[in-house]
Amino acid sequence: MAKIMIYSAKDTLALELLSAARTIASNTGDEIIALTINNDEQGQILADAGATVYKVNASDLILADVAAVADVIAQGVQQLGVEVVLLASDRRGKELAGSLAQIIGAGCITDVSAMQVKDGRIECERNALGGATVATQYIEGDRQVLAIAPKAFSAASGEGGSVTELQVTVKPSGIRVQEVRAKDSDSVNIEEATVIVAVGQGLKSKEDLAMAESLAQSLGGVVACSKPLATDKKWLSEDRVIGLSGKLCKPDLALLFGISGQVQFTVGIRDAKTIVAVNTDENATINQMADYILTADMHEIIPELNRLLG
Amino acid sequence: MNIVVAMKQIPDLQQIRISNRRPVLEDVPLTFGSIDKSALEAAVVIRESSGEEKVLVLSAGTEELEDTIKEALAAGGDEACLIIDESLAEADSSMIAQVLAAGIKQLDNVDLILFGEGSGDNYSGQVGSRVARLLELPQICYARDIKIDGDTAYVVRVLEDCEEVVEVKLPAIITVLSDIGEPRIPSVTQILKAGKKPKHFLDLDELGVSLDHSNPIITLSNLAPESNRKRIVVKDSAELIEVLKSENLIGG
Repeated sequence: MAKIMIYSAKDTLALELLSAARTIASNTGDEIIALTINNDEQGQILADAGATVYKVNASDLILADVAAVADVIAQGVQQLGVEVVLLASDRRGKELAGSLAQIIGAGCITDVSAMQVKDGRIECERNALGGATVATQYIEGDRQVLAIAPKAFSAASGEGGSVTELQVTVKPSGIRVQEVRAKDSDSVNIEEATVIVAVGQGLKSKEDLAMAESLAQSLGGVVACSKPLATDKKWLSEDRVIGLSGKLCKPDLALLFGISGQVQFTVGIRDAKTIVAVNTDENATINQMADYILTADMHEIIPELNRLLG
Repeated sequence: MNIVVAMKQIPDLQQIRISNRRPVLEDVPLTFGSIDKSALEAAVVIRESSGEEKVLVLSAGTEELEDTIKEALAAGGDEACLIIDESLAEADSSMIAQVLAAGIKQLDNVDLILFGEGSGDNYSGQVGSRVARLLELPQICYARDIKIDGDTAYVVRVLEDCEEVVEVKLPAIITVLSDIGEPRIPSVTQILKAGKKPKHFLDLDELGVSLDHSNPIITLSNLAPESNRKRIVVKDSAELIEVLKSENLIGG
């Protein structure tokens, strides 16, 4: 019987990986092992959800040295005879995925948004061509590293797990952490929002954000944006960017203002239940994926909406 | 000392059309991914400020690369190292990483190797980490800022919930976020000069790598998601509010 190992430094993501692993195991009969590193509390959480946990305590290990973490996981893989490793596809997990795959000689698929297991073959869905398409792929071979997108699976529950210690060795690190600082952001989570008011390059000035903010407030939603507003103009924080290299959002209602509709953006909003596009260009690409289309200048429409809703 | 920037040739994503859910790639021009262009910009800025010698642009792909590379040389790259082989058209991250690592071994005095955090098309984010492992170099991904002081790089790495200021001894591999710098737009003179900058060609035989083809990625399908949007045109704000209320999407 083959073995699947799961690892994420984040508790919620680790529990989601446990669900993903159970989806595979229900088809293949594989055994599931959860690995925790320098985190006894997480070991207990996973055991309480029914996982067979191996915990590593390596005080010399610097978690910011992701390659060193990959070395530790690789030792677990070798010692326990693991074939498939599931990691989270957050930034740490993706950095880890390539490194671990290279050490253990595995194929690797990241950003897995959905998974189907057929006759032992793990078929993964992920965005391709900048989000224009969704590819279904699998790794042909025993050694596999799969990085699963946050929220692709719900957190697992269960009972009757166990915790066992695992011994590993840690090499001296070439990386030193000088400082860890909380992110300088307004700490909004656009992925959780049920209503999103998104603005794009059609927005004329930073001052005009105020009208979008007030619309979002009256709808119980949050303001988000396309990438250039955060990275080029720096009017909003990176946390508010919708898209392939930003956040993938699934609100009930998305109001998109002055957004043309490049695929790298639309991939982040196409799972919204209802999409409204307001754009001065009646042929804007975004209109192809909208439920309601209003061809007009947002600088007139947003104040009107605020007045009508206020 | 030199800075290597690894860049991936991809189809221009703005110009891909979808027909019957299939992407149409014929006649779509090739370019480099936008995050890769930011990595090049970061390298050029470091060279300008730290006295590094050259920015070497490394890319592996098919013969069209010879044309695409001019874009990177116009935008500040000093020399190009191209690994061209038709078999690389369909190569997955593992294969590309092996080829790039072998290419980097051929280059002298490499201090720093930069990648975009993910390519513009697949955005898989594996190649930097894989190359670091193959070359046994330290790695730091998701950098928003890089400062070089002597043989040390000081990197601001941005994660979902925090930022780390990390120092690493060179040579090292760093992957960057697009916020690290907006790519410069080359002048006409720079574009003309780009054609004359040195290009080194490496082929797979010369690199002498025996590629490990195990555990390959197999693609079963690659289709645009189905879209069943209503596409109803409304005439003004009042009508918009009316339809959203009728669907209970907004209160009142």
